[in-house]
Amino acid sequence: MNEASSDRRGFLKCMTWAGTAVVWTVAGGVPRSRLIDSANAAPAEAFSFVQISDSHLGFDKPVNQDPAATLQEALGQVHAMPQAPAFMIHTGDITHLSKPGAFDTAQQLMRQTGLTVHTVPGEHDILEENGKSYLNRFGQGTRGDGWYSFDAGGVHFIGLVNVVDVQGNGLGALGNEQLEWLEKDVAGRSASTPIVVFAHVPLWLVYPQWGWGTADGARAVSYLRKFGSVTVLNGHIHQVMQKVEGHVAFHTARSTAFPQPAPGAAKSPGPMSVPPGALRSYLGVARVSLVSRSAPLAIVDKPLAG
Amino acid sequence: MERNIAAAAYARRTLLGRAACGLLLLPAWAAWADAAPAEVEIHDFAFHPAVLRVMLGTTVTWVNRDDSPHSIVLQALGLRSPPLDTGARFSRAFDQAGSFEYRCGLHPQMRGNLVVQ
Repeated sequence: MNEASSDRRGFLKCMTWAGTAVVWTVAGGVPRSRLIDSANAAPAEAFSFVQISDSHLGFDKPVNQDPAATLQEALGQVHAMPQAPAFMIHTGDITHLSKPGAFDTAQQLMRQTGLTVHTVPGEHDILEENGKSYLNRFGQGTRGDGWYSFDAGGVHFIGLVNVVDVQGNGLGALGNEQLEWLEKDVAGRSASTPIVVFAHVPLWLVYPQWGWGTADGARAVSYLRKFGSVTVLNGHIHQVMQKVEGHVAFHTARSTAFPQPAPGAAKSPGPMSVPPGALRSYLGVARVSLVSRSAPLAIVDKPLAG
Repeated sequence: MERNIAAAAYARRTLLGRAACGLLLLPAWAAWADAAPAEVEIHDFAFHPAVLRVMLGTTVTWVNRDDSPHSIVLQALGLRSPPLDTGARFSRAFDQAGSFEYRCGLHPQMRGNLVVQ
């Protein structure tokens, strides 16, 4: 794969986050509806994929007693996109309690979209049998606890697992073995290759007090600094947050099941109650497009409603 | 100076006296050693009470009142509960004296102490 053309370099340079959300707006404050329209109007040849996260099948608390239904709605939105995305990424917590029935339902629902789904586990997916119930279903072709990489649309994708060795301070961790693999995985690649990393817990320290971050995430990012465009997609915190650090853009996705409070806005993390009828404005999917220079990388977080 | 010392001694006595009276009210903030079954509530991502003192042989029950699952991992005794969903309980009798730190397996920043006497 040789992506070293000056055109690509140019477009990588001006890659920005165009994604926005109900709560978090990008500098410039472009309205969300316009963003969705502009993403929908992207050139037909644009490569795009979709991120969904934290579907928590098996969750049954009052804030959302039917997360299978909201996952189905989210997938329905994906299906209705005017340009079919290349595939889906699920950034973990597919299930709430790692129950086989919940995994089965999630798989069936995701299959109905006809799209390939690339997953990484969340801590809720490895509660049974040391993570075997996850790996038996989604671990084919992966290493260690389920990490892997692949190429698509000229982009190098890397799925990482940071939920197995959760640290004493609550932070996620990748561990030495995975980090060494990552270093080798990217070592021979041209710096102009766009990189997309996805993992469940945010790779950067969003809010360490709640364990919202990855203890050795900075080491992972250090291996990616030479690349002109690095996009990090995470879940876990059930809300959209974005941060850009040089060529590295971090983004967290909404849940398809229930929202969580903003960092520090409650005594603890966990499902957040919302006013009746408002739930769907807190849930959603993210569509990521790699498009032309005039309208660079666009991540559009679309709530299920609102 | 002497007066100060006397005052300090009086203050200590008074405090001790109050503390002794307070023993009756103590379970409100820290369960006292007792062979009767003891319970630890989990809510707001914390164990309540954070320190539980029990007599040897006491059965301790953890109950999860959060909307997120939690678990109990007490490494010193090789104890690991299954994930506890909302309302779920986990009980264990403790036949070994000592002070044991335990954590939530999903959220290890949640820590509690169990003192078996």
